[in-house]
Amino acid sequence: MTVPYTDQFAAFSANGGGEGPAWLPALRAQAFERFSALGFPTTRDEDWHFTSVTPIAERTFKAVKAAPTALTLSDIEPWLVDESWQRLVFVNGRLEPALSNFSELPAEVQVSTLSEALREEPEWVKKHLGTLAAFDRAAFTALNTAFMQDGVVVRIPKGEVVEVPLHILHVTDTQAAGAAVHPRLLVVAEAQSQLVMIESYVGLGQASYLVNGVAEISVGDGARVDHYKIQRDSLEAFHVGTVQVTQGRDSIYHSFSYAAGAALSRTNVYTKLVGTGGEARLNGLYVLDGTQHADHQTFVEHLAESCASRELYIGILDGASHGVFNGKVYVDPIAQKTDGKQTNKALLLSDKARIDTKPQLEIFADDVKCTHGATIGKLDDQALFYLKSRGIGSDNARALLTYAFAAQVLETIEVDALRLLLERAIFARFTNLALE
Amino acid sequence: MSSSIESLVNKEYAYGFVTDVESDTIPRGLTEETIRLISAKKNEPEWLLDWRLKAYRRWLTMTEPHWPNVTYAPIDYQAQTYYSAPRSVKPLQSLDEVDPELLKTYAKLGISLTEQKRLTGVAVDAIFDSVSVGTTMKTELAAVGVVFCSFGEAVHSHPELIKKYLGSVVPYSDNFFAALNSAVFSDGSFVYIPKGVKCPLELSTYFRINAADTGQFERTLIVADEGASVSYLEGCTAPKRATNQLHAAVVEIIALDDASVKYSTVQNWYAGDKDGVGGIYNFVTKRGKAQTNAKISWTQVETGSAITWKYPSVILQGDNSVGEFYSVAVVNNRQQADTGTKMIHIGRNTRSTIISKGISAGQGQNSYRGQVKVLPKAEGARNYTQCDSMLIGNACGAHTFPYIEVANNTATLEHEASTSKIGEDQIFYCKSRGLNAEHAISLIVAGFCKEVFKELPMEFALEAQQLLGISLEGSVG
Repeated sequence: MTVPYTDQFAAFSANGGGEGPAWLPALRAQAFERFSALGFPTTRDEDWHFTSVTPIAERTFKAVKAAPTALTLSDIEPWLVDESWQRLVFVNGRLEPALSNFSELPAEVQVSTLSEALREEPEWVKKHLGTLAAFDRAAFTALNTAFMQDGVVVRIPKGEVVEVPLHILHVTDTQAAGAAVHPRLLVVAEAQSQLVMIESYVGLGQASYLVNGVAEISVGDGARVDHYKIQRDSLEAFHVGTVQVTQGRDSIYHSFSYAAGAALSRTNVYTKLVGTGGEARLNGLYVLDGTQHADHQTFVEHLAESCASRELYIGILDGASHGVFNGKVYVDPIAQKTDGKQTNKALLLSDKARIDTKPQLEIFADDVKCTHGATIGKLDDQALFYLKSRGIGSDNARALLTYAFAAQVLETIEVDALRLLLERAIFARFTNLALE
Repeated sequence: MSSSIESLVNKEYAYGFVTDVESDTIPRGLTEETIRLISAKKNEPEWLLDWRLKAYRRWLTMTEPHWPNVTYAPIDYQAQTYYSAPRSVKPLQSLDEVDPELLKTYAKLGISLTEQKRLTGVAVDAIFDSVSVGTTMKTELAAVGVVFCSFGEAVHSHPELIKKYLGSVVPYSDNFFAALNSAVFSDGSFVYIPKGVKCPLELSTYFRINAADTGQFERTLIVADEGASVSYLEGCTAPKRATNQLHAAVVEIIALDDASVKYSTVQNWYAGDKDGVGGIYNFVTKRGKAQTNAKISWTQVETGSAITWKYPSVILQGDNSVGEFYSVAVVNNRQQADTGTKMIHIGRNTRSTIISKGISAGQGQNSYRGQVKVLPKAEGARNYTQCDSMLIGNACGAHTFPYIEVANNTATLEHEASTSKIGEDQIFYCKSRGLNAEHAISLIVAGFCKEVFKELPMEFALEAQQLLGISLEGSVG
């Protein structure tokens, strides 16, 4: 069997992909070799048991044509959420400086594209890029590493608290139909620094494309990173995203993953608690309909003492959609006093919807407190009855309860504008009413 | 670790004695000839030999699975002996004809057949290596039409039942070890409860591996006809040997409409020494199929074996059928267990309950692996799962791998799991009340496992609690 993307990789290497410091083409080649060896995962891989990537594997997504975008600010306005946020806007995988605006970030904070960072600080980039997100067993990460082009590099110096949220908006439109984009994000938050970051993906027009993103985030000692990932890709699109985090002593990594778009999506959120006293909060909401398939996989590695992890994932599944949640908590023998809690709840709104969930604990230390819970069901008949007895019609009662089910995780969003956005979206989706 | 605890850790396996009985053992290795030989020794009909051979040919095409969370040295299937029978076996008229050596073995195990026969009213079918040596209470059972005999005997006395049900729940092609068992199974128990009969006695089988390097491949088949009910107990021990012995059993339960079957196991195979040398590899396939309104309940206490790998499962085929799984699995020293259950909800309003308690001590690794699957037609299916793990000492591990797959929105599923350390404050409290550390742990663990123990028949519950105490002694310092 021929390895897909071989020709593309050769072309890419010959044209632009071979540039940069000498180590970079070598890294790309190594990653591509790994991808060739691994191939796309199949349902025989334990980590992909419930998600078949055949629709992605059976076709070859081409490289995006480097054509100027016709999109203007007014086209993307609805997706900006809050004008005060600092933003980098990518269209079809390329940064659009005309649509971006991140001039109000503190001068000490470095935000640049991957190519800029490679030009200016190749040694620093080398130290971090590709070191967190290992690709030896992850085909999609290997593919991203081989083809990554326009990425974002964020470096927050020690003690710097970035007050204003940083929004990285990836817009994909019909120009990218049949193509793959491989966004890359590298965030290094040094000791005691703080950053709030919103990474959002939207599709304009119903194009079929592949987004294969990788984010590497290093949260230094005492630092805090809030990372919101909002995925509203085209319903024809495929989205695979891996976030790999490493956390220092007393650090906080707070992640929220929202998945409402894409025909098939897979979101991996992996964090390593390597310093004592670190805390990981991983939350998520997936709202699906039609024949959508969304898979969330979390992996929290407790590698130091006294760390805490909290996870809450909520799924609302309608139509013939298929939700998957696979959460793993690993507690190393050294990680005594670990406090881990993981919850996955899914609501099945239709008789065709399906959910597969696999919450796992792997515990090698004894002085720990770890729990996980999963519940699956339909709306509570008693609650519906109660609302009806109070004069609320059946449809409204359902809508209210569905909204309330989502609200329990939306509450964890600490950026007001974003929380409101999602609350309104969920409310409108289930009630056909606007939320004031 | 205190010295008194140390001494308890090193406590000898109480059932590790070897009985010196002349046995009829076939040469090592596995070929079609071996199977023909086993079949011929058991004087089996042609159809059964064919079935064995089909299983064997299928087995040859299969590879040993390695997905469980256990590690062990490769098994050399050609180095095993697939049949070993105590030489003295011949058709027995009464227990008095049983080799006194064997009876002594059972006396040491605390299940003296005669005693039990007289005092407890429990019918025992004791399996010594591969052949059933004596079945008690046969006449009492025969009076109500219950068939309880060795598998080998049932092949001759009730071929139509065996033909109909053998492999109907666990087909020979099911998995690697089930195929191996189907090819070489030597004996086991067969139970048939006729329509509407409530079995008057609790049926019990005791397994014991005696000969060195033999695998034990017993096959149990329980058929509860419409409206019948039965409670079946199984206990297992093996002598202490430095080599690993393979135990690949298959248990099939068929509960027809309105029937109820309760299957309890106390598994105390030799677990190997404290460095993990020797011990039984317990790779077992157990599955039941419940028809309309039927109920199948598995209760297991797993304290022995170097490696335990089993998932007693229930296929909830009929509407309103019920499946239950209550399990206590204990690992100490270098034991490894990967155990759990599968509940497959097919019929409407099917219900299942899973209570699993895992206890890890020493360097033991304990995994719960379970699947709850709700198929699209299983309207109103209900599952409640609770799996708790307790860790004693800082070198052990506890793992949970539940698979929850739901394709019907009227189903309600709840899954809870927790892992925690044995409560130091609880130990302290018990000690302040004058209990020593071992008693305190024993008490706390018994409390932890209470929900499962209460499912066991009385005499087993006591034994299980004692076993647990022995398995864990010295695990906290």
